[in-house]
Amino acid sequence: MSEHIVKSFDDELSQLNAAIARMGESAQFQFAATMSALRMRDVEAAARVIRDDIDVDALERDIESRAIRVLALRQPIARDLREVISTLRVVVELERICDFSANICKRVIALNTHSPEQWLVEIGELGELAKKQLADVVTAFGERNQEKAITVWACDEQIDDTYTGISRRLIDYMKTDPHNVAIGTHLMFIAKNVERIGDHVTNIAESIYYLVTGNVLDAPRPKGDKTSLDQVEANN
Amino acid sequence: MTNPNIPLATTGSVSLITPPPSTDAKATAAAAAPKMSAKGLDFYYDKFHALKNVSLDIAEKKVTALIGPSGCGKSTLLRIFNRIYSIYPKLEAKGQVLLDGENILDPKYPLNRLRSKVGMVFQKPVPFPMSIYDNVAYAIRHYEKLSKADMDARVEEALRQGALWDEVKSKLNGSALGLSGGQQQRLCIARAVALKPEVILLDEPTSALDPIATGKIEQLVEELKERYTIAIVTHNMQQASRVSDYTAFMYLGELIEFGDTTTIFENPTKKMTEDYITGRYG
Repeated sequence: MSEHIVKSFDDELSQLNAAIARMGESAQFQFAATMSALRMRDVEAAARVIRDDIDVDALERDIESRAIRVLALRQPIARDLREVISTLRVVVELERICDFSANICKRVIALNTHSPEQWLVEIGELGELAKKQLADVVTAFGERNQEKAITVWACDEQIDDTYTGISRRLIDYMKTDPHNVAIGTHLMFIAKNVERIGDHVTNIAESIYYLVTGNVLDAPRPKGDKTSLDQVEANN
Repeated sequence: MTNPNIPLATTGSVSLITPPPSTDAKATAAAAAPKMSAKGLDFYYDKFHALKNVSLDIAEKKVTALIGPSGCGKSTLLRIFNRIYSIYPKLEAKGQVLLDGENILDPKYPLNRLRSKVGMVFQKPVPFPMSIYDNVAYAIRHYEKLSKADMDARVEEALRQGALWDEVKSKLNGSALGLSGGQQQRLCIARAVALKPEVILLDEPTSALDPIATGKIEQLVEELKERYTIAIVTHNMQQASRVSDYTAFMYLGELIEFGDTTTIFENPTKKMTEDYITGRYG
């Protein structure tokens, strides 16, 4: 878009953009480090992710206060208003993604060296899907590209389908031996957190669509996570 | 992997998105019946072509804001709505302006009737140099012969509608020039409504007022639209967004975009509108 007559308004929006780009990089870094720590059973790396989550929270607060200042002092309207509102929404989604990463890392520490290889591979594949989705949505936001955002939005179902498969197999795994339940429960939560990260990526995609077009994506979301619909078998 | 059941907007499907409300510059305020309509309106200040083929509906008992940079024709359009331009030579309007279906630009349309139906309030408050009471009673006397008691009642009613009664009821015989700027402007509004008009035109009515006085006028506009059709010219974008139901954006004598105010200020169709209201252009 062309520049504002008041240049300092452009400066404030640019700073907001730069800050949210940093937040996007942080979320990608934290999640990638998380999946690596899980795969390598690296408790020290997991502890670093948890520690660095404090910095992410501080960045979120900084972005929120900048956005609120723009709202209060500039009273933006139309596209400018959507820029600020979308920033406020997206920063919360990115912060939640970092929280899920930190939560996974706590379970990596709890599991220590006990995670069976088979599950690390399976959840690793799920993580790769989510990593790509996160990278794509951060790019789409940076480019203000609604078409890329819609592609990300529609691809969430693949993460859901993969998670559903892992979840069902984890239940079977736990059924075979009660000793598997503790490990299986941690792994189940880890997989669920990755799937939830996919949902937050989808939220970001919806915000990008609103930001660029001014319209709301109102079709039903692609939903592949059907685990909540699985009926529990009696006495089992 | 995509869900085959969900159409993608990238394929050109529109079912994925909420369709935006119509904001075509030629569109009408379809939700409400038009009280006034400009149809193919051109206006000339001698050789200067100030309005170019403007068609616009002013919805009944709604507030329509006219916005645009200085010289865009918004005040000119407002002044055509009560033919105030006709007091100056070499000014000419072509096309039609309908009030309840009748063309007010037709020379046969009585000016007195038009002025009693369409009241106007200007940027600078212009109280007459007489008492507060007489400011309101002056125009009524021009049109009607009322008894003292009836006139008292009409003046009080007008001052109440102008949200001024409580502040002036004890000094009705005092000079109107002793009122504050905000009070003077509300007196001008009271004077306009005293004639029981159907349309009120407001030409930047708060540009000379402080925020408190401005807030009182805006509140008044909200109350008045229950009885009157209102058109307001304003340079204040926030004011247009706060008080109006419909907004028309004009530029260089043309109507660029017209639509419901929410759409114009949240998601205008034309880039020129967006650039103007977001302060990129002026």
